[in-house]
Amino acid sequence: MIEVKSLCKSYGIFKAVDDLSFTVEAGQVLGFLGPNGAGKSTTMKMLTGFLTPTSGAALINGIDVAENSVAARKNIGYLPEGAPSYGEMTVQQFMLFIARARLINKSDVADSVDRVIEKLNLLEVKHQAIETLSKGFKRRVGLAQAIIHDPQILILDEPTDGLDPNQKREVRGLIRDMAKDKIIIISTHILEEVAALCNRVMIIANGKMLADDTPQGLIDRSRYHNAVSLVVEAPEKVASALSELPQVAGAELREGELTLFPTGDAGLFEAVTAAITENQWQVSALRLEAGRLDEVFHTITRGEAPA
Amino acid sequence: MNSTINVMRRELTGYFATPVAYVFLVIFLVMTGIFAFYLGNFYERGYADLDPFFRFHPWLYLFLVPAISMRLWAEERRSGTIELLFTLPITTIQAVLGKFFAAWLFIGMALVLTLPMWITVNYLGAPDNGVILAAYLGSWLMAGGFLAIGSCMSATTSNQVVAFILSIVVCFMFLLSGLPMVMNLFNGWAPQIILDGIASLSFLKHFADISKGVIDLRDLVYFGLVIGFWLLANVLILDMKKAD
Repeated sequence: MIEVKSLCKSYGIFKAVDDLSFTVEAGQVLGFLGPNGAGKSTTMKMLTGFLTPTSGAALINGIDVAENSVAARKNIGYLPEGAPSYGEMTVQQFMLFIARARLINKSDVADSVDRVIEKLNLLEVKHQAIETLSKGFKRRVGLAQAIIHDPQILILDEPTDGLDPNQKREVRGLIRDMAKDKIIIISTHILEEVAALCNRVMIIANGKMLADDTPQGLIDRSRYHNAVSLVVEAPEKVASALSELPQVAGAELREGELTLFPTGDAGLFEAVTAAITENQWQVSALRLEAGRLDEVFHTITRGEAPA
Repeated sequence: MNSTINVMRRELTGYFATPVAYVFLVIFLVMTGIFAFYLGNFYERGYADLDPFFRFHPWLYLFLVPAISMRLWAEERRSGTIELLFTLPITTIQAVLGKFFAAWLFIGMALVLTLPMWITVNYLGAPDNGVILAAYLGSWLMAGGFLAIGSCMSATTSNQVVAFILSIVVCFMFLLSGLPMVMNLFNGWAPQIILDGIASLSFLKHFADISKGVIDLRDLVYFGLVIGFWLLANVLILDMKKAD
């Protein structure tokens, strides 16, 4: 379990992290979401014991990270931002170093290195110097060192940053496989990733927590949640006709697509379809909107309350 | 203990995975040779000893040891691996000691590779081998002192060139503190106890004492204290500013 109590980190007068409090339980995959410079990495650095908080505390399984850093670190696997590693070492040498540093039993070191190399498909580059590897491989090396000791808590700072779509998918699959009984915290500014991976989302900006919800909960906050979008001939005419319906709160026409916002009463979609059949409009596309995470993110981080 | 050895082993592997180790070893051997034979008149003197060889070690170390130590921490900072290192369950002391011992052992290796000099002088005459052994020990201890200073300086920056220059300056002051050009600055106004204190800080004096073949406990303690002091400063600097 991770408990964060009024965590603050200041650099001079600049507050990188400002009074953050939350608890994360086993089985949760928590996504840290926020613009660049929001304090995501700084928070992670304090959770992993790299930085000391200015005030407040972070507890890893009841151990205060600042007071008993080494003991707390034993429970954590950490992928720092940019996945740094010792470039002159081969993948295998590096993994052996990490395995020993993670205090894995002497007799199990070789096994755990082999296992993690296989798990992350690093077999073909096992004897190559890390600095000669492609970005995707380097990232996988970073992930491998984070999970080699099968930690209960996994903290990953932008794990898929700079990867191509296939590699992203692969890494997400890996994270999902490990998620069952662990605590995983990932930071990202890729919104789709949060929806794909996390069961809890925190939006952070300027060091402050602005939202703490499930991905679905956030999407539900969207203006577009349960809205209906359609592409139709003579959209202006249709828009004014549909605006008369009691279920329609407003209409928006953008790039030839007409979006109708719900009033809160259910049945907007049914009412719209009924109107279409009745008036025999020529509709070429019609869909029910789930909500748009990017719009919610934008509204929240710009300091406006989400609609 | 295991963590210290692990860090040390990683560091040593790093030396030999890059040209650093080989370049250093070759330059060290060539330079010690040049100094001993040309500047030290190894043959012309007609004595069977290694004094011309050891006499130039302090000056060689002044440049070569900072070249080894400059990357110890500056490189970790530049590449961001410092964040990896200090989120592993390794204490700062273990990491500092591991890196220091790696570099110290490496210089020890370089010294071992000069053994043909020792063999040669035994072939040419009958030197006092006890004195030579003591001088080797003294040289290695002095290298440790330089190294501890260099390691500490390397921790202050992420730029290896800055680390290199800072190390040379501080090492230079420690080297010269017993010589007239430093002592004359203090002569005449500073009380005798301070003069003695400054003079006793000199690497040169303590190294000269040991290389005469007299292994005095005070000289050993001196180098031990120098190494301990700078490594402690190294730990404190890292603990105070790990990031940036």
